[in-house]
Order: sequence, then structure tokens, then C-alpha cells
Amino acid sequence: MNFLDMRWDIVWDYREFFINGLWVTIILTICGYLGGIVLGLLLGLGKTSKKRWVYWPCKIYVDLFRGTPMLVQILIIHLAFIPAVFGQSFGFLVSGITALILNSAAYNAEIIRAGIESIDKGQMEAARSLGLTERQAMRKIILPQAFRRMIPPLGNEFIALLKDSSLVTVIAANDILYAAKVVAGAYQRFWEPYLVAAIMYLILTYAVAKLIAYVERRFSIHYNPRKKREERIAS
Amino acid sequence: MIKVENLHKAYGKLEVLKGINYEVHEKEVVCVIGPSGSGKSTFLRCINLLEEITDGAIYINGVMVNDPKTNINEIRTEVGMVFQQFNLFPHMTVIENITMAPMLIRKMDKKDGENLALELLDKVGLKEKAYNYPEQLSGGQQQRVAIARALAMKPKVMLFDEPTSALDPEMVKEVLDVMKQLAVEGMTMVVVTHEMGFAREVADRVVFMDGGYIVEQGNPEELFSRPQNERTKAFLGKVL
Repeated sequence: MNFLDMRWDIVWDYREFFINGLWVTIILTICGYLGGIVLGLLLGLGKTSKKRWVYWPCKIYVDLFRGTPMLVQILIIHLAFIPAVFGQSFGFLVSGITALILNSAAYNAEIIRAGIESIDKGQMEAARSLGLTERQAMRKIILPQAFRRMIPPLGNEFIALLKDSSLVTVIAANDILYAAKVVAGAYQRFWEPYLVAAIMYLILTYAVAKLIAYVERRFSIHYNPRKKREERIAS
Repeated sequence: MIKVENLHKAYGKLEVLKGINYEVHEKEVVCVIGPSGSGKSTFLRCINLLEEITDGAIYINGVMVNDPKTNINEIRTEVGMVFQQFNLFPHMTVIENITMAPMLIRKMDKKDGENLALELLDKVGLKEKAYNYPEQLSGGQQQRVAIARALAMKPKVMLFDEPTSALDPEMVKEVLDVMKQLAVEGMTMVVVTHEMGFAREVADRVVFMDGGYIVEQGNPEELFSRPQNERTKAFLGKVL
């Protein structure tokens, strides 16, 4: 093993693979994350429900997806579930995004449930006592407050999902890791392609961390009246 | 106005209310007193169904509140409630706290809503705090905003659940003063309180609860000066 004898040119030759892989990773992550938030919100709300027929399916779903490896979920969805239901495969992107949505939704559901339950129950009572329906109270009073508390854990989930998206290479999705594998296979050299892949993920997670820090500042738990007043004057 | 018939409330096996019968007339101020754990807050919370009723019936203006066919949200718009812990919405300014429900439920437009809110804030002496957030206000100020918020729905009855119990002593008076003013204006009020001075001065009738029952009730003069029941005497002996 010779550290000084790196051949970065082989990576450079395959740069289009890596750039394409970068886009695939970004698309998988963003679609998986957004879908996971929407589905997670429904599941999280379901888990706060007092109705058993709402609560239990949501709980079972979350337990199922949190209790099994994502790698296994990806294989089942791509090779078994989608072909069985639709009679054909729609390619790795559809399978990959589906798997990421279903998996991250389970984790997001727990974050969202915990966020909702962390809001003092006096808030719901005050809203209901004014005549708001449960749904209105949830939308206007509980969720806006809970959302602020959910930002840090949901941000962590974003980063975790970004890294976990590399698992879709098992169904031959051409993401960043896949590009590295191709190069590694072609040249039987492993340092260069996998280091490049690692650095690309690192840059992505760093960028996401920055974004989360910004959102956290923007929606800080402490309400910033000065900013609001300035906005009002400006408008 | 409010009629309570044989009201029972149990949490599992623990029976908190064991058959309450009572009637509150229009423009009447009723103060409910009693030791902690006597069920007085639960009684109040049953009136607008914040607690599910185990047995019995509550009528507001002749409508049975705990009838499954009754739209409880509609009833609640007519019954304002003020909580011990204020429960203002921390993510909204004072004026947004007040305008939220009228705009959402009564479909009031923003301008009318804000005019109404400012009028109510003026009434509770907090007009200059309209654009502050609750966390910037003292407890007494928050509770006055909470009263204004409840009034914004133009309720026919106001329920107060120990409105001054969470306040520092020097802020109790400002809240009680607002409540007195409401009473003078003819608002129907049910007040669960430990402020015997307030009950004595403002209430038309005082209800003493203990152990899930109404033990004694009457006009304040009678009840405070000549309590009949032993338990009432014991309680008043401790708090007066």
C-alpha cells in the first residue's frame, strides 16, 4: 500500500459517473425526505390518537420499519413488493425513493409524535375552549409550536437519510457510491474512488447541517418580537 | 342559564364528582370555593366539556351539552374560559391571541378583529402591549390578555378556573379588578377561587364544595358569616 501513489486520474476519467451519482443521491434524499415528512406527519398524528383503530396501525407500521434493516426493506420493496403489486419494476429510482420514504416516515413519526406531546395540554384546552375543533387547534396552535421543537431532530434525520441513501446501490441505483464501485471494479483500486465518494457525502452532509442551523435560527423557540416588528414596518 | 343535574365524574374508579345539582342564572356571579381535591375545578371543566361527563346532564341555555348530537364547539364559543396557567399561545402576539378565534370561527375580517382586540385590550388596560409576545408580559398581564381573548368570542358565560392562583401576590388585584368590572357589566360568571375577599365582595352566591359534593351554598354574607355545615365551618376557619 502506497499512500503517495494515488491515481486520481482514474476518478477524473469517471467524473460523469460521480456527477450523475451526486444528482441521484440528492434526488433520492430530497424526495425520500419530503415524502417521509408528509407520511411521518400522518403517522405521528395517528400515534397521538385516542382511537384504537387509528393508533394501532400507525404503531405497528412504525415498529415494523424501525425494527428491520433498511437494506432488507429496500430489497423487499424492489424485488418483491413492487413487482408483486404492479407486475413490473419501475426501476431503482422509484423503488429507492419508496423505500426511503417508508423508512424515514417511521422515524419522523416518532419525532413528530414526541414534538406534539411535548406541547403543554393547556394549549389544546385553551384552543378548544374558544370553540376550535380538534383539527383547527392542531393546525393553528399545536403544530406551529411543536414544529419548532421538531427542527433539530428532523434535521438529524435528514443527514441520516442522506447517508443511508447509499444503501440503494444494492438495487443497482447509480448514486455516488455506485460510481465509486464502478471505478473500484474497473481498476481494482479502492482508496481513490471510495475516498472521493466519502468526501462527496461529507460535503453534502456539511451543507445540510448548515441549512438546518439556519432553519433552527430562523424558527428559534424563543419568539423574536423585534424581527417581527421590523417586518411589519417594512410591509 | 347553566343547569347541572346529577353530575357525576369519575376517573376510572376514582369518583371526583358524586352528584352535583346546581343552577346558575343569567347575570349571576357564582364563586365556587373548597379545599383542593374537592372537585371544584373538575366541576367547572365539565361545564364546557373539557372533561367528559360520566353521568348526569348539563344544560346551557336549554341545550344539553353532553348530548352526543350537540355541537360542542358551537357551545364552547358561547362559554369563555380562563385558566389558572393562562395558556396564552406563545407563538402569537397578544393581538393575534385575541383575534385568532373570532377570525377563524366567526369569520371576522382582520380589521374588525383587530379593532375588537384593541377595544378589549383597552378594557383590561393593556392596549400598549398589543404587539408584544406573551413571554414578555408579567403573569398578571398574561391573565388579563387571557380574559380579553375569551371575551373576544362574545361569550354569554365566563368560567374562571383559579385565575389568580398562579400569580405573584402583587398581581392578583389587577386581575380581580378586571373580573369585578366584568361582573358589574352583568356578565354571567362562574369562578373557582381561593380569593375569599373577592367571593365575599363580588359573588351573588357562593358554593362550598368538598369531597365531590356541594356541601353548602348561599349568598356570601350568609355563607361566610353563618356557615351551617361543620365542614364549611372547618374550611372557613382555616382560610379566613
